[in-house]
Amino acid sequence: MEHITTPKVENVKLLDRYTNRKAANGTLYLTATHLIYVDASAEVRKETWILHHHIATVEKLPLTTAGCPLLIHCKNFHVAHFVIGQERDCHEVYTSLLKLSQPVKPEDLYAFSYNPKMSKDNREIGWKLIDLKVDYQRMGIPNDYWEITDANKDYEVCNTYPPEIVVPRAANKATVIGSSRFRSRGRIPVLSYLYKENNAAICRCSQPLSGFSARCLEDEQMLQAIREANPGSPFMYVVDTRPKLNAIANRAAGKGYENEDNYDNIRFKFIGIENIHVMRNSLQKLREVCETKSPSMSDFLTGLENSGWLRHIKAVMDAGVFLAKAVKDEKASVLVHCSDGWDRTAQVCSLASLLLDPFYRTFKGFMVLIEKEWIAMGHKFSHRCGHLDGDPKEVSPVFTQFIECVWQLMQQFPCTFEFNERFLLEIHDHVYSCQFGNFLGTCHKEREDLKIFEKTHSLWPFLLQKKQEFRNPLYRGFTAYKELQPNTLPFSFQFWCGMYNRFDKGMHPKQCVLDHLLSCMSQKMKLEDNASELENKLPFLDGPLPTEACSFPKMGSASKTPMLNTPQDYEGEPPPVLTNGTAVGDVEVMSDVDQKNKENLSKHQDPHDLKDAFGVLDSEAKDGKPQHP
Amino acid sequence: MEFAELIKTATVESVLLSGAGLPPVRGTLCITSHHLLLSSRPGGDGAPGTVELWLLIRNVDAVEKRVQNLGWYQPPRTNSSQRDTRLAGSSGTITLRCKDLKVLQLEIPGMEECLNVASSIEALSSVDSVMMMYPFFYRPQDLRLEAGWHLFPLEQYYQQIATQTSQWRLSGVNRDFAACPTYPPAVIVPAAVDDEALRKAARFRQGGRFPVLSYYHQKNGTVMLRSSQPLTGPNRKRCREDELLLGTVLDEGERGFIIDTRSAQAAKQARMTGGGTEPKSSYPRWKRLHRPLERGRPLQESFIKLVDACNDTSLTMDRWLSRLESCRWLSHVKAALSTACLAAQCLDREEACVLVHGAEGTDTTLLVTALAQLILDPGCRTLAGFQGLLEREWIEAGHPFHLRCARSAYSHARLKQEAPLFLLFLDCVWQLGRQFPFSLEFGERLLLTLFDNAYASSYGTFLGNNEKERCLCKVKESTHSLWAWLNQPEEKRKYLNPLYSRNALVIWPSVEPQSIQLWQGLFFRWIRSSKYLDEAWAEIQRLVENDDTSVEESAGNRRSQSLSDTAAQTENER
Repeated sequence: MEHITTPKVENVKLLDRYTNRKAANGTLYLTATHLIYVDASAEVRKETWILHHHIATVEKLPLTTAGCPLLIHCKNFHVAHFVIGQERDCHEVYTSLLKLSQPVKPEDLYAFSYNPKMSKDNREIGWKLIDLKVDYQRMGIPNDYWEITDANKDYEVCNTYPPEIVVPRAANKATVIGSSRFRSRGRIPVLSYLYKENNAAICRCSQPLSGFSARCLEDEQMLQAIREANPGSPFMYVVDTRPKLNAIANRAAGKGYENEDNYDNIRFKFIGIENIHVMRNSLQKLREVCETKSPSMSDFLTGLENSGWLRHIKAVMDAGVFLAKAVKDEKASVLVHCSDGWDRTAQVCSLASLLLDPFYRTFKGFMVLIEKEWIAMGHKFSHRCGHLDGDPKEVSPVFTQFIECVWQLMQQFPCTFEFNERFLLEIHDHVYSCQFGNFLGTCHKEREDLKIFEKTHSLWPFLLQKKQEFRNPLYRGFTAYKELQPNTLPFSFQFWCGMYNRFDKGMHPKQCVLDHLLSCMSQKMKLEDNASELENKLPFLDGPLPTEACSFPKMGSASKTPMLNTPQDYEGEPPPVLTNGTAVGDVEVMSDVDQKNKENLSKHQDPHDLKDAFGVLDSEAKDGKPQHP
Repeated sequence: MEFAELIKTATVESVLLSGAGLPPVRGTLCITSHHLLLSSRPGGDGAPGTVELWLLIRNVDAVEKRVQNLGWYQPPRTNSSQRDTRLAGSSGTITLRCKDLKVLQLEIPGMEECLNVASSIEALSSVDSVMMMYPFFYRPQDLRLEAGWHLFPLEQYYQQIATQTSQWRLSGVNRDFAACPTYPPAVIVPAAVDDEALRKAARFRQGGRFPVLSYYHQKNGTVMLRSSQPLTGPNRKRCREDELLLGTVLDEGERGFIIDTRSAQAAKQARMTGGGTEPKSSYPRWKRLHRPLERGRPLQESFIKLVDACNDTSLTMDRWLSRLESCRWLSHVKAALSTACLAAQCLDREEACVLVHGAEGTDTTLLVTALAQLILDPGCRTLAGFQGLLEREWIEAGHPFHLRCARSAYSHARLKQEAPLFLLFLDCVWQLGRQFPFSLEFGERLLLTLFDNAYASSYGTFLGNNEKERCLCKVKESTHSLWAWLNQPEEKRKYLNPLYSRNALVIWPSVEPQSIQLWQGLFFRWIRSSKYLDEAWAEIQRLVENDDTSVEESAGNRRSQSLSDTAAQTENER
């Protein structure tokens, strides 16, 4: 609270990106966790909630006659354009938000103060919901070739790997340690996924410290052990997901890539996925395209092309497809790396698993996948998402790209995922929200140091609780589809309006098929025997619900279908005689958006925070003093 | 002319057919007057004598042939007939590019046969006489010849209006197509204007297309009219009757909008060739808005470029997006939807009458008036209502289907009057259906079928350029109607949208680029597999049908929501 100097500002305008709509007028509040805007000009009370952690940038624009504009860009692609009457107020809100959105100390992250009414036991059970050992068991590990080792229990092999890793049985301790010295940051080859049908494995690591000529016997033994763990194939692939030029450049720094001559029976291949900086810039360009006011079709398509965004998405998808094909069709194991093996490698390995194994397309499986390939293996969420005040050059939408690849697959295979688009968006929201401990820090060791398992909550049980609204009504079950072979021709990739223009509801289909089908399905499920449902129930559900205090919105029913619809600006410059069709309706559609937005961000709202928020409202109301006499 | 003269080779054995995502199959190829048939050999890959291909030759847009000499070709060991030995040494591949955008390949043993087959198909597919087209020969057993032809008489449409107002009348001025050769015999005109005045107004409009009623907006009694451009010419000619006609449409103190589908400059330039636009001085109560829409050759070229890009599987992402942009097809979709929305907005929001025209009034004009009706009128969004709309606003209104759809995107022939206006309309309808998935009673499949039939059909519905031509050729007497076939219960089922629930409101689409998508179901129909999407639709069907109670309930919910919306809107309008 120390950063909040002005908890309440009145007479704040919220501009709509559609030029022809009247700006809302209302009051802006700053709470410990959220910026809340209450529109006073509407008949129905409407609120816009923005979580501080979701704020990517705050900009003060040049003073206008209407006041001082404050432009907020959020990490979930929400854009809010406020105009504050007094320059002084604007500046105070601005400086507060700068500090609130990027705390310096990890303890200031929302997760450490977030406190739903949940017993300690249930909180701990929540953390145990996802057990990676169970997933390895599912793959048949340990077996004759692979073992789960605690070689990294004190992080002596690699401090960004989890304590337990899966390596070939044939690789002894000396091989592991030796290999770790030859790999960037000690990130040795470990198993990511074993395709049980033919013993082909996907393994991951970081780049070798090969420079121009260096070799490492243990590392060579390690790769041999991986290849021999798949006796059905005489060779294995080593895939470097970087563009060749980047990999070559790394050799000068004593890093680089595997020399085919030094390793027995490997087939080395580059897959040119660009680095985090290229991706960050690409997203920035995409953002600009999405925020352009009334662009022409050509502006949009040219902007989309110039951003390169879909090209990068396709590159990631192509790599995932290559891996899946190598494993399934060529029956060959694959070792994947990039530079450090925590960005592109995570994308590609998790995507390949998703293509190969229907389990990862279930609720539980998808959580396991994220936990395994991203969280446990040290994707640096904290840096990539800019959770804390830090180096802006470390921020990159690597995880967003993965989520988008999953969405692209959903478009091609509508019946193969147990969950729907909203589930992806919810996860994406929470990767940035810092409300739950899962995505804090950069690796397992850091999360232990931060005591997140003791002090914070895990996201997964909360998501499972809302399973009904995240369900894909078209899902045809676990056994209906096995491996997926997506079409990767350019036309198969669509612009994801639901993500990048998610808060511009006017652009989305005006009637929601998903809501309708969900309500059909829930009706149907009521009639069915719920025995099978009970099986799926989680142990912690036996106890009290973790967030009884919070009111969960009822699952979206068809009645929520926003049928309300008004014409937009259908011409560049409206003819003077035509009044633009601004309507009460528009405002109400917005209210729906804001409501939804608020629900999303405050579903697990700490009752204390709520009290704080409303406390502010109350005290100010009692004060009764106008802010600007 | 005898078809037999055009067929140089009627049957060829052992032809390998491939393409359109199907596994290759070998069989006997037969050429008949109107069809290309391939039946698999007994004992071959398929079941004995199975017909694998039944292609209307009219559907062939381009024939490409390639012959190769195969010195090493070994005649089949079994059944080695004289014919087979003769074939040894050469073969040819014919690529058939169809108007429905599918591409087929025929591998034909024997160079001579190949060339004969190719030239036969070329000759048969170029027959341009309406009377020689397949619909005049097609006699399905389960349909009556007269069925479906008089489902949507304009009289019936007029009767609906007559119950609301007496300001309009049904005129027989064009009974013998004398006033306007491209209008139907009956038209709806202001009651206050007599036939003589109509004849004079017709002389002042290009092709005689004087302003007629296109749509009556029941909610507020405003109307949408359509016409062709006025023949003001360089000397700024005027026509009292035309001015009177448009004047009577507006009540005292009312103003109307003229939506000209050309740019202001193009409209001005048209004066040099005798056309023009309504000058403010002569039509003081009409405000002109120019919304240029592409038509003619540029539109056809846009279509060709798009299909070309879609078929190029070697493109990188950047090249694909760049070609998608440069073909401008989606820009045309956006412009058409925007202009239709503008017309609808004038009627519904401004409560003003609208006149739509471009130059001839047979292309972009109809695109706008038909789309605006779909947006405004829930009656047009049912399967029957949509057929009625097509009949009224495209077929009877004189869109020259025969000229516009003579060639599709592959033809190498020199372009004459081809332009995919109707496809652009179907694309816009598809966009509406995507944005309002519950509001159209029909699904994508109907739109695809309409596209196919507009370019090549067994039915007479899209034959000719206007009612006069159809009359002369006795289309309604001698061919079957597409609607009769579509409306058979078994057929009809396939075209319905399982999610449909009547929506009484105006459906305002978003025309932001982010909201407009490339219609993959059409442009990639033969390129990508639709297996997984079809399964999704089957699943939707199953979900919706299995749970009648829920559908009813949610439909009820939607209805109640709609009611409150209407209330909100009314309130807004005050």
